[in-house]
This record gives sequence, structure tokens and C-alpha cells, in this order.
Amino acid sequence: MNAHQLPTGSAYFIAPETAKAENHTLSVLVSNEPGVLARVIGLFSGRGYNIESLTVSETEHEAHLSRITIVTRGTPAVLEQIKAQLERIVPVHRVVDLTVRAKDLGQERPIEREVALIKVVGSGEHRAETLRLADAFQAKVVDATVEHFILEMTGKSSKIDQFVAILKPLGLIEICRTGIAAMNRGPQGM
Amino acid sequence: MTDSNNQMTGAEIVLRALKDNGVEHIFGYPGGAVLPIYDEIFQQEDIQHILVRHEQGAGHAAEGYARSTGKVGVMLVTSGPGATNAVTPLQDALMDSVPLVCLSGQVPTTLIGSDAFQECDTVGITRPCTKHNWLVKDVNELAAVIHEAFRIAQSGRPGPVVVDIPKDVQFATGTYTPPGAAPVNKSYTPKVQGDLNAIQAAVELMASAKRPVLYTGGGVVNSGPAASRLLRELVELTNFPITSTLMGLGSYPASGKNWLGMLGMHGSYEANMAMHDCDVMVCIGARFDDRITGRLNAFSPNSRKIHVDIDPSSINKNVRVDVPILGDVGRVLEDMVRLWRALPKKPEKSQTQEWHESIDRWRGRNSFAFKPSNDVIMPQHAIQRLYELSKGRETYVTTEVGQHQMWAAQFFGFEEPNRWMTSGGLGTMGYGLPAAIGVQVAHPDALVIDIAGDASIQMCIQEMSCAIQYNLPVKIFILNNQYMGMVRQWQQLLHGNRLSNSYTEAMPDFVKLAEAYGAVGMYCDDPKELDEKIEEMIAVKKPVIFDCRVANLANCFPMIPSGKAHNEMLLPDEATDDVVANAIDAKGRQLV
Repeated sequence: MNAHQLPTGSAYFIAPETAKAENHTLSVLVSNEPGVLARVIGLFSGRGYNIESLTVSETEHEAHLSRITIVTRGTPAVLEQIKAQLERIVPVHRVVDLTVRAKDLGQERPIEREVALIKVVGSGEHRAETLRLADAFQAKVVDATVEHFILEMTGKSSKIDQFVAILKPLGLIEICRTGIAAMNRGPQGM
Repeated sequence: MTDSNNQMTGAEIVLRALKDNGVEHIFGYPGGAVLPIYDEIFQQEDIQHILVRHEQGAGHAAEGYARSTGKVGVMLVTSGPGATNAVTPLQDALMDSVPLVCLSGQVPTTLIGSDAFQECDTVGITRPCTKHNWLVKDVNELAAVIHEAFRIAQSGRPGPVVVDIPKDVQFATGTYTPPGAAPVNKSYTPKVQGDLNAIQAAVELMASAKRPVLYTGGGVVNSGPAASRLLRELVELTNFPITSTLMGLGSYPASGKNWLGMLGMHGSYEANMAMHDCDVMVCIGARFDDRITGRLNAFSPNSRKIHVDIDPSSINKNVRVDVPILGDVGRVLEDMVRLWRALPKKPEKSQTQEWHESIDRWRGRNSFAFKPSNDVIMPQHAIQRLYELSKGRETYVTTEVGQHQMWAAQFFGFEEPNRWMTSGGLGTMGYGLPAAIGVQVAHPDALVIDIAGDASIQMCIQEMSCAIQYNLPVKIFILNNQYMGMVRQWQQLLHGNRLSNSYTEAMPDFVKLAEAYGAVGMYCDDPKELDEKIEEMIAVKKPVIFDCRVANLANCFPMIPSGKAHNEMLLPDEATDDVVANAIDAKGRQLV
């Protein structure tokens, strides 16, 4: 149903989209079995949905459950459809739209955090400046030689973006980011 | 087989699991990676294997079998090309919600990933065209997976599943688990019972309607015969007019007094006008497909919409509805009928009086009309005669895809569900003949007719050989106009009548072709001989190819051109060449 947004209009419906697209974070609880990630990703590529960020890891070893966190972008109707389509996948146990849930709980948005590893190579004043910034952004040095640092930082994606931008002229040569892990605030579980 | 301790080979497990799931027929084609299973088939009598001539045929035959019986269709194919040939029927079954279990052989587990002979990533290739699929690497899990495959294929919104079984797993010895004892996916529990509050709200909305319409689909057929009975009861109680999608034909009888005919792109004028002008629409087991809705932002602008569907993702997908009801059509209809009966005050007859008058006026337009001819057989006339002359029999109809399919839907009246097998969602040319074979296997004494086109029939013509082998007297009734008629119709509408590759210059002699296969070939190009020849065809107890030469340039009307709304139909008496050429504006041309 995203086809009408294609520029060529080679779709069956070309009613102009009036609703505004928004970013939502979905938590998807799945059986930890072969192919389950491919099913989820295949759904997004096959139906033309967007993936802005995706993380996955086993969360409950005994119950064989993994949690996939997806940040996606779409109009409210598309987001509702994404949730329904995800729930149709056989090994998917639950889908929670954390963004909607946060609104329901009277909160602005769910907690969303990302981990980044950042390698900076340099000498002299650049090294000192790198360390000062790392301190300001609460990033940790996890590896170092006289030529380089590897910094580890946890935070909101926007914060990491900012940190990375500042480090660029100071000898940044490599970045690895995990994608977003997310959870709703408050005492209730998912 | 050492049954006492349930130890047996993987191949034996397959056969036992099929039997325990009530399977009597499977459609398949052998090959290297399924030989152990074929060896077991050879050594038992409970399950009959029907040898097709191409794996696509196996899939469509299993679909025809499933749709005419309500049971699960089963196909068996080998690895590599066997599996890739199964993709078309799998997607077909996915789009039309047909319960299908496809068992495929795979290269031995130790060779997976090595680009072995006839290896392909079957679960990868079939993932988007199945409801679910499995690669079974442990023989001890095989029985449970097959039982689960049957459960998932036929529950909730039915669909196809694939179980991919490596050859070493077929040879290995393991434990057989009977159906009840096997573990199930706890994450898959379709909701069948509708929410009573929602159904009550729906019934109240229906009772308030001045211009109601029931819009039903394949979900009614899929829900089983009880759903069709309840639907008829609901129509009787409410006196609402009723239309159906292509997939739902037969759940309400075509002879019923509230019947509007099929709706959609080639549906009747009265059905589409009723959809456009209604104030309450009750959608039951249909999915607001684009062939149904026409231009979405002009679709039934003034109605409140009730939608009954078992698939949550169907609700609000294309059209926003006011009262969604999630559940099995049969269960929901049962509640709906009960709550309607319990209404403290039923609506007066006068409430819908004007509406029924409007509908009668639209009916009077006679939108399926065509110009009769004494010289050439009009395709619509051929279907009408076929219908009249097969009345009173246990008749099943399958079709290929194209103009003949739409004429069959318009002119062949269906009184019962499960009698009409056609490829609706995917629109698969080549569906009809193998589907007819599957139907005939399930109903050996019935009259099974594949209404075909001259182009479509050639896509799976090899299955003639299968029909002969198993003595399946299917009747292939070809509306032969020498064109891919629907392609040509669109080229006339959209592409300035430039008929690019839609004319078949070299047509086989269908009579000789039938005889070459050992079937009966018939030919008719004279309207005066048509009845007699159709009767002769019906009387023959062998497969027949009937080459019915029809008016070459007839087109299928009425029609909602692309980008138009339901109330902007092109009617047959208005469809002059000029109107046809200009029916679709520049914007609509992009839509198809």
C-alpha cells in the first residue's frame, strides 16, 4: 500500500497521500528459530515498508524468545498495517508499538538507546581534545595505543550523531553502531 | 516398520503423518531428492498419488481438490526445479486463501549450501509465498512439523505451507509422534469468535440502514458450508441485496431473489451501483481488492462499513471501516443471525422500499447484454448454453484467466459454494486444467468443466496426459478467439489498438491435439450446432477438448475502467470503438 508514493505512479491507486509519515519504534517478540529474522525483514522489503533501525537478540533463553526492535517510518494507516502484518507471521508472539504505548501512558516517547564504538586516530592536541569530548559525552575509552582510541558511548541516537560529527575533524576513522534498543517507561512490562 | 515403539524412517513418517491427517490423494512428481518418499508410496495403498506432468500442475490440482472439498490439498515435489516450479501455485494459493501442504525434497543436510545438484534455497524462495515454511533437519521433528503444517494450512485464514525435507532425513530413523501429542507453535492461535459487542453494533447499524448491501467473498466459502447456509438465512431475514466477489460465487445462489450478480471491474451494473450508493455496507469475508473497489477515493463515499474477516491485516488495509469484526465468517454470521432475530424492533419494509426500487431500475439496464448472432458464436452465448445444458447435474467449473473467466463468472450461475474454482488474486493462466483434474479426482462422478481460453489452456496443456492416465473425464471448453482476449482488450483501451503480441499466429489444432493425448476432440463454429455438440461433450465419459470458435473481437463488458469509480461503468451498449479508445484518461493509463 506504499505503492502510491512511488514517483512513477505505476501503481493501482494514486490517491495522493495526505497523512503525515511519522517514526515509530516497534518491539517484536519472536520464537528464536531459524529464518525468523528473514521473515520479518522480508515482510518490510516485500511490502515496501521502511526500516530506519533494527536490532535483534535473544532475550529469554529458556523460552527461546528473541526481541526485535524496529524503528520504521510511515503514515498512521501504514504503521497499523505493519503491526497487523507482523502479527500474521507464525513465529511472532507479540508486537507492541512502543511509540503508541508511550502516548497511551502519557509519555512523550519510549526510552531509546544505542551503543556506538568509535575509533579515533591522531596525535598531539587532537588526542587531548578527543578525550575532553569523550568526558563531556560520557564516552568510555575501551582500547588505546599512542596512535588511537576506541570510545564506547551509550545514548540517544541524536546524541551519538552529534558526538560523531564533532569527532570527525579529530581523526575519526571507524564507527560501529548497534541500532536502537527500546522500552517503555514505568513499572509495566511489555 | 516397527510400529510398536514408533521408530521408523523419515519417509515412513511422511506417509504415516499424511494418513493421520486424513489425506487420501496427493499430487506430485518424483525426482532424486524425494525418491525415499516415492518408495514408501509404492509400498502402501491408503494414499493415492496422482502423477502430474509439471509441478505447477500438481499445485493447481491440489488447489482444485482443496477448494472443491474444503480439505487440505497436498503436493509433493523434488528439490531444485521441482520446488521452483511449485512457486506459482503456492503464491496462487496464498492470494486466494487455499489450504495447501507442499512437501519438497531437499539435498542431504551435509550438502546444503554447497550448490549441490538440484539444490535451491527452497525455504528462502518460498518464504514470501507461503503462510509458513520449514526445513526439517532432524527426523525426530518431522512428524510434529507435518502435523503443524496441516494445522496452519487450514486454520485461520487458510493458505499454503512448505515442508522441505532433506534426503538424509528421509532415510534416517526416528520417532513418530501422532497428531495430538505433537507440540504446536504457541504464537499461532487465530481468533475465530467475533467480539459480541462489535457484532451487536453491526446488527444495529444494519437495522438502521435505508440502503444496505451485503458484499461477500471467498471467506464465506472457506468458512465451510454452514457459513453459506447462515448467509442465506441472513439475507432471508434482512431482505438485503447481496453481491459477491469472483471468489465468493455460489455462497448465495445465483437464482436467489436478492442476488445482484458479481461486483467489481467486470461486475454487474446493479452490484456496482449498489456498492456506490449504499448507506451501510456489510463486507463478509472479502478484502476490498483493487479489482473490486475501483478508484479508492471514490469508493462507496457515503456508506458506513462493517467488515468481517479472520485476518486482522485485511481490516483497514485498503479501505477504512467503521465496524471491524475479527473472526471466522461462520461463527460471526451465527451471532449476527441470532442478534438480528433478537432485535426488539425490526426495520419496517418501507425503510428500504426506495432502495429496492433503485436496484430494480439498475437491473433493468441489463448490463451483461450482448448482441446475439446467427453467424458466429458469441462467447457469452456459449457460456449461457453451457450453463443451461449442464443444469441439474453435479457440476464443477474451473477457469483459466482472461475474458473467458469473466464471462464464465457473469453467465454461469452458481447455486452452491465450492463449485467454482478460479484464480482470482494472482490471475494465473494455466490454472484451470490442473485444477479441474484435482476436482475430478475428488468428485469422480461429477461433471467438471474447465472453461478456458485458447491462450491460457496452452500454459498447462501437458496435464491432458495426466487426465488420460487416471481416466479423469474433465471437459475443456475453449472459447477460442485466437487472441489473448483480455490483453487485446486492454491494448484497445490503453495503447491505441496496437495489438502487440496478443494475437496467436500459430494455433494448434485442438481436435488433433486432444486425439494425440488419447482424449476426444470436438469443434464447433456454428451457433446452430452448439447445443447438440455441448450435449455430446457432456455425454462423453472421457476427457474432451472442445474447440469452440467464438467471435474474435468480442470484448468483456460492463467494465469499470482504471481510475474510475463504481458509478462510472462502461456499459456494453455504450462501448463503441471510440468510447473504448478514450475510456481511460492519461492518469488512469498508469494504473492498469
